[in-house]
This record gives sequence, structure tokens and C-alpha cells, in this order.
Amino acid sequence: MDEGSVSPKAVAVEGQGLWKEFSTKKWVGAKRQVTRSYALKGVDLAVQRREILGILGPNGSGKSTLIRLMATLLIPDQGWLKVFGLDVIRDRQRVRRLINRVSVEASFFKKLTARENLAYAAGLYGVSNAKAQVEATRILASLGLQRDKLEVPLETLSRGQQQKIAIARALLTSPTLMLLDEPTTGLDPTSRRDVQEFVLNVRREHDSTMVLCTHDMAEAERLCDRIAIIHEGRIIAVGTPADLIASYASGGGLEDAFFHITGLDQERLRAEAEGDG
Amino acid sequence: MSPAGRELHALWSVVRRNFHLVRRYLGWELVFLFYNVINTLTIALIAFALPPADRDRTIIYLTIGALLWNFLSILFQEVASSVSWERWEGTIEYSFMAPIHRLTYLAGVCMYAVLYGVLRTIVILVAVALFFHIHLARADWLGAAMILAGSSLPFIGLGLIGAVLPLLSTERGAQATQVIQGVILLVSGIYYPISVLPGWIRWMSHLSPATYTLEAARRAILNGEGPLHLLPLTIKLFLSGLILVPLGLAVFQLAEHWAMRNGTLKRSG
Ligand SMILES: Nc1ncnc2c1ncn2[C@@H]1O[C@H](COP(=O)(O)OP(=O)(O)OP(=O)(O)O)[C@@H](O)[C@H]1O
Ligand SMILES: [Mg+2]
Repeated sequence: MDEGSVSPKAVAVEGQGLWKEFSTKKWVGAKRQVTRSYALKGVDLAVQRREILGILGPNGSGKSTLIRLMATLLIPDQGWLKVFGLDVIRDRQRVRRLINRVSVEASFFKKLTARENLAYAAGLYGVSNAKAQVEATRILASLGLQRDKLEVPLETLSRGQQQKIAIARALLTSPTLMLLDEPTTGLDPTSRRDVQEFVLNVRREHDSTMVLCTHDMAEAERLCDRIAIIHEGRIIAVGTPADLIASYASGGGLEDAFFHITGLDQERLRAEAEGDG
Repeated sequence: MSPAGRELHALWSVVRRNFHLVRRYLGWELVFLFYNVINTLTIALIAFALPPADRDRTIIYLTIGALLWNFLSILFQEVASSVSWERWEGTIEYSFMAPIHRLTYLAGVCMYAVLYGVLRTIVILVAVALFFHIHLARADWLGAAMILAGSSLPFIGLGLIGAVLPLLSTERGAQATQVIQGVILLVSGIYYPISVLPGWIRWMSHLSPATYTLEAARRAILNGEGPLHLLPLTIKLFLSGLILVPLGLAVFQLAEHWAMRNGTLKRSG
């Protein structure tokens, strides 16, 4: 079997009982202090093939940690995780052929031009450079980025422009599973639209599955087939946007449902009450 | 693309990426090169404080030390700082998530280091030769080249072990590689015979591959000893490389695994 192909029946992502704890060390005077905190506390999840799963959650709730587990960049303390039936630890190399990630911070060599960065990416993923450059130019045109921006050091581009290049770079490798960690954060409304259209297009044209972390409720509602809400390392609700709204905020919107599910509305009410008293 | 072709393609793209970076930092490259040339010249000029009879030999003795140290420290530094550099740029997760063998990535870094080190050393060599008009009629260049090739391996191995440290601890790791480099500089007899070192550190000289490299290079260039004479030393160097490179790779992979468990791969929380 070609190592790039996947079994058609496999679920795209499946994981159970995922725990991840981090410890940070720091020196307080002459004493070394170790603080431990859980980023994930027993997460189970399943993403169907060709599905776009949204992950919503407050800052520090464990979204990026979960994405990193899928991206083979972190090893869980407990539990297992499979991408198209392949274990992310044991079959790491084969999983890597199937995935790509766009992270919040566009990770580039900032002194190099977009073309040079893309050449590096193409090399790592076994795509010919000539093909990669043509493809990237096409993708970036559809995202509304002018050609000449590809020839200057990336540090001279705005965050949104860099983010578009990051998206193009990920798509070049035709990933079967695309991990998008806040891909539209920092983009202007038009660019955000462009990227969202593009994501929907990619899903239509290619056979790809996506996991999308976002803080933008409208984006989640527009793009995602299902949404998982994560809070303090636990997934506390999963469903289609319509289901979530119906169950938790009838008459309201996704944002109301989000506040309700995470208990943030209660906290806010309490804070307001305390503020008054 | 065949799997092997894919890995080669990836290896080349790592080398190319680094040369692109050199091109972008060209101003700094020229400044460092200028400093290196001056540094080598000033060290060789020390010989002019000696009686004329010893002068030529000492110039060459010191120049060999300066050139080799220059080459070996580039090798060590480029390999050892590859991880901290990518972490600083914020590309480390991208590079490490790529579907290539870690060996390929590291081989790319090492190959770049060797090419870059050779290029810079040649520039300095030419500058020194023009400045001093030294006579190297006795030198056996084949022997010298053999030594250089033999010594690259153990230095790459040391570099790989050094590269691991920033994976374990962001800042302290990078600091530790500097300390290691300093100790190698002290004990390897770069500008003096190791016999001048105090007894309590001299034992370290025998552990440093640079000690053997320098000894052999001086025998080739100053005494004109040919490849045949130098073979035992070259084999020693080569064997130490055969131990250090796989050891470095194994340690690297262990450290990467550790970093993936502890979340130290990326720069910030
Ligand atoms: N490498 C790391 N080392 C130490 N702690 C970490 C590390 N990565 C994450 N954490 C901690 O784990 C928790 C979850 O972090 P994570 O980055 O997954 O949150 P997030 O949901 O992506 O937040 P945001 O919305 O701000 O992006 C946080 O408390 C964070 O401080
Ligand atoms: Mg995050």
C-alpha cells in the first residue's frame, strides 16, 4: 500500500481518554518551583471523514494542545489518538504524510521571502518546487494577495498576509487532514471571508477533513458541520451548531449557547451582582 | 517520487534554506568573515615577536590552529545551534512535523555546515597566504585533506549532542553549548602544544577529537608527512566519528521524544 493512502472506511480522527499535563519550572530566589497544570483532562473525540469539526473554548482551555496531539508534536500522558486509523505515536511518520497544520503564529523564516519559504516546505513534503510555486501563486491570488508580495522578506508583510501564505503553504501538500488553529485571527473582514470561502472550496474539491479552532462564533457557525466546546481541558458539549443553539440557547445564537455551556454567563452574572453590591 | 528520492529532495531543501538565510544576512556574513581574517592574521603575527629562525614555522603552526579551529567551530556551532535557531524563528514545530526522517533533516544541517565551513576556511586561507607569502613546499596537502575529512565526522557527532541541549532547556541549553565549545578550545592544543596545560585538565585533551586533528594536520603541513603516515590517526578520528555520530543521533531522538512529552518543542506557552 502506498504510505500516503488511507483506508476509505477509517474515521478521520478518533481519540479516547486523552490527558496532558504540563509542568513549568521557575526559580523563586534559591528555590525551584514546579507548577503543574492540566491542559487536557480526559478528552474523547471523533471526527468523521470530510467533516469540518470546530473547536471552541476560552483561552487556555486546551484547543492548541489538542491540535498538537493530532499534529504529532506532543505525546499524550494517557489515552490514545488515531488519524485515519494510524496511531499518532507509533505510526507518526505515516500520520505526518496525511496532515498539515496552520497555527496562530505564522511559523516562517521571516528574513526569507514567501517563495523561499514555500520552496523549503515543498522540499519537506516531496512536492516539486516549480509546481509548488505555481500552485501557491494560484491559491494566493484567490485569497487576494498580490504576486509581488511573494518576493519580499516575510517580515515586511502584515500578519494577515503572512497568515494567507501559511494557508497556501499548508494546502500545497494536499493534506487529507487539515488542522487549522485560529487561521483567521488577525485577518480583516474581507480576508476572513476569502479564507472561509477558500476552506469551503477546499473541502468541496479535495477529499479533506478539517479540525478548526476559532474564537469567531460566526465563522464556526458558517464553516463547521459540528462544534465541540472545550472548557478547562474537557469537551463539555458536541453537536451541530443548530443542535447546540436549540439545546442551550433557544431563541439565542451560538454565542449565547457558548456562554451557557461554559458557565461563563453565570460567572458574568455573579461578577455583575458583586459589582453592584 | 521514490521514498529515497523524497528524502534526498528534503535534505537538499534544508541545505538550500540555510544558504538562502546566508544570502539574506550577507552584511553580517561579510563582517564576521572580515573579523575572522583579522583574527587569524593577528594570531599568526605573534610569530614575528620570535627570533627569525623560528618565525616561519610558528606562523604556519598558529595559522593551522586558527584555520582548523575556525572550521571545526563552524561545524559544531551550525549543527548545535540549528535547533535553537529554529526555535527562535518559531519554525521548529513546522520543521519537525514534516514527513521526513529526523536523520534527513540533521544530515541537511550537517551538509550545509561542512559546505559553509569549507567556503569560509578557503577565504581565510587565501587571505593569510597573500598576507604572509609563506612557503609551504613541504606540506602534504593530500594528507591534510584526509585529516579534515576524518575530523568532520566526530565534530558533527559532538554538534548533534550539543544540538540536543536546547531541546531540553531553551536558554540553558544554548548556554551549555557555548561552554562546551570553550572547553574544546582550551584543551585541544589549538595554539600551543597540550603539554603546556596543567595536569588536572590535560586528560581532557585526549578526549577531544580536535587534539588529534590538529596534531595530524601539523604533521602533514609542517613535516610533510603523507597519507600513509597519517593513516592511523585518521582511522582513529574516523572511528571516533563512527561512535559519536550514531550516538548523537540516538541522543537527539531521545531528546526529541522527551520534548514532545514535556511540551518544550515550541518557544512560548
Ligand atoms: N508547552 C507548554 N508548556 C507548558 N504549559 C503549556 C504548554 N502548552 C500549553 N500549556 C498550558 O496548557 C493550557 C492549555 O493551553 P492551550 O495552548 O492548549 O490553550 P488554547 O485553548 O489553545 O488557548 P488560546 O485560545 O489562548 O489559544 C494553558 O494553561 C497553557 O498554559
Ligand atoms: Mg491556542
